[in-house]
Amino acid sequence: MSSTTMPQRGGSPPGLLSRDRIMARPGFSRWMVPPAALCVHLCIGQAYAFSVFNLPMTRLIGITKSAPDDWRLTDLGWIFSIAIVVLGLSAAVMGRWVEEGGPRRAMATAAFCWGGGFLVSALGVSIHNIWLVYFGYGVLGGCGLGIGYISPVSTLIKWFPDRPGMATGMAIMGFGGGAFIASPLSVALMRYFSTATHVGVAETFVVLGIIYFCFMMVGAAIVRLPPPGWAPVGYRAPAQPKRLITTRHVFVYQALKTPQFWLIWWVLCLNVTAGIGVLGQASAMSQEMFPGRVSAVAAAGFVGLMSLFNMGGRFFWASVSDFIGRKNTYFVFFTLGFVLYALVPYAGGAGSVGLFVLCFVVIISMYGGGFATVPAYLKDMFGTRYVGAIHGWLLTAWSAAGIFGPALVNYIRQYNVDHGVPKAQAYNNTMYIMAALLVVGFLCNLFVRAVHERHYMAEDTADAVGVAN
Amino acid sequence: MTQAQAQHRTTPLHLILAWGFVGIPLAWGVIQTVLNALKLFR
Repeated sequence: MSSTTMPQRGGSPPGLLSRDRIMARPGFSRWMVPPAALCVHLCIGQAYAFSVFNLPMTRLIGITKSAPDDWRLTDLGWIFSIAIVVLGLSAAVMGRWVEEGGPRRAMATAAFCWGGGFLVSALGVSIHNIWLVYFGYGVLGGCGLGIGYISPVSTLIKWFPDRPGMATGMAIMGFGGGAFIASPLSVALMRYFSTATHVGVAETFVVLGIIYFCFMMVGAAIVRLPPPGWAPVGYRAPAQPKRLITTRHVFVYQALKTPQFWLIWWVLCLNVTAGIGVLGQASAMSQEMFPGRVSAVAAAGFVGLMSLFNMGGRFFWASVSDFIGRKNTYFVFFTLGFVLYALVPYAGGAGSVGLFVLCFVVIISMYGGGFATVPAYLKDMFGTRYVGAIHGWLLTAWSAAGIFGPALVNYIRQYNVDHGVPKAQAYNNTMYIMAALLVVGFLCNLFVRAVHERHYMAEDTADAVGVAN
Repeated sequence: MTQAQAQHRTTPLHLILAWGFVGIPLAWGVIQTVLNALKLFR
């Protein structure tokens, strides 16, 4: 719980979505803010479950099986890819607007884009126009993803100066958990709306769009900003500033000129590359490395288990980073990840399914942990004022890793199979390459130092843009 | 605390409603996923 003071402001009443309108009043509890953030992240986390629509959308005309005019899986794969690329771009381009306009305006905009994207896609499915689906889910929805993803980050960091990692970890955990809700919900809705002449995808999109819009608007309604100078009861900023935790602020475009930003960009990119590649191939990999021992059903269970650790790792590792520091947390990811990737071929050779599963669930927990810890890492390096906008630019690392990771796993496996390597051992080289990537990530993290004095905003400039928050 | 301040005070009911609003759907989704993941151990 917290006590707050009401800021004195004059002039006309602020707009419903403005920063001034959502300044917390005395008696507001900061524990209302994580649910507001989760309202957004649980919805946009649906993106991880979009694949449940792939097969039904290849049967929109043929209903029971694909007709010649039906969309192919390769056409549909672009929907998710466009959405992830637009996520990175919109987070980067709109980051400053999000930061300066406040979380409510950003969350409401994300709700319109995300909900609207589903409605446009429903129209595209109804008239069988794939370009409309690319625009709806890919472009419009992608903007909702990007804006929504970064919208609560700096607000949470400001409300939880004592536990910034835990606070952002809670929200970003929601992004991992969104798929858990979306996947069974989408399947149930498609079953409900499907008929002998209809697969029910368009109706499902309409219902999801409306539900997600309402859910995200609840988040926009309850989110609040802390008043200038606010601090939790009993919290005292460290008297002796830590070397890698600044109390000053770096302007978003100035941050892009620092080596620290690009080192952390590579840290995130390499950590995500290592995880995302195996996340997409987990089912096939487990069955091919243990032929006859891991069935398709068990492999699906393995994927579910990895999703749980992906979500749990976001909260766990981000919370741990509050105690051991961000840089040390990434050292743990890279060191432990290196050991575990190197162990996977041994687990395959020894036929140990248990060791294989253990290696991958820990790896995936660190993949999620990497996403959740990075906002607090940026806050430590660049201050709180533009952390959301800087985080937006950093998410381009995710887009890049989304291309590198799966390509590495797929192409290296195929190369090995084409050159006569048994399928059970076809992933060994990939695992060693992933381990090598983590060594590079370790070195990038090692070189992260405090930001040079010349990059910080002057105190009076910072005050003029409302840095008191 | 003034009457206006009391009106804006967060009560435990507010917190339960807010956390329940996001927690219940998330818990449902996690249970579905756990049930699915259990197939690995059968």
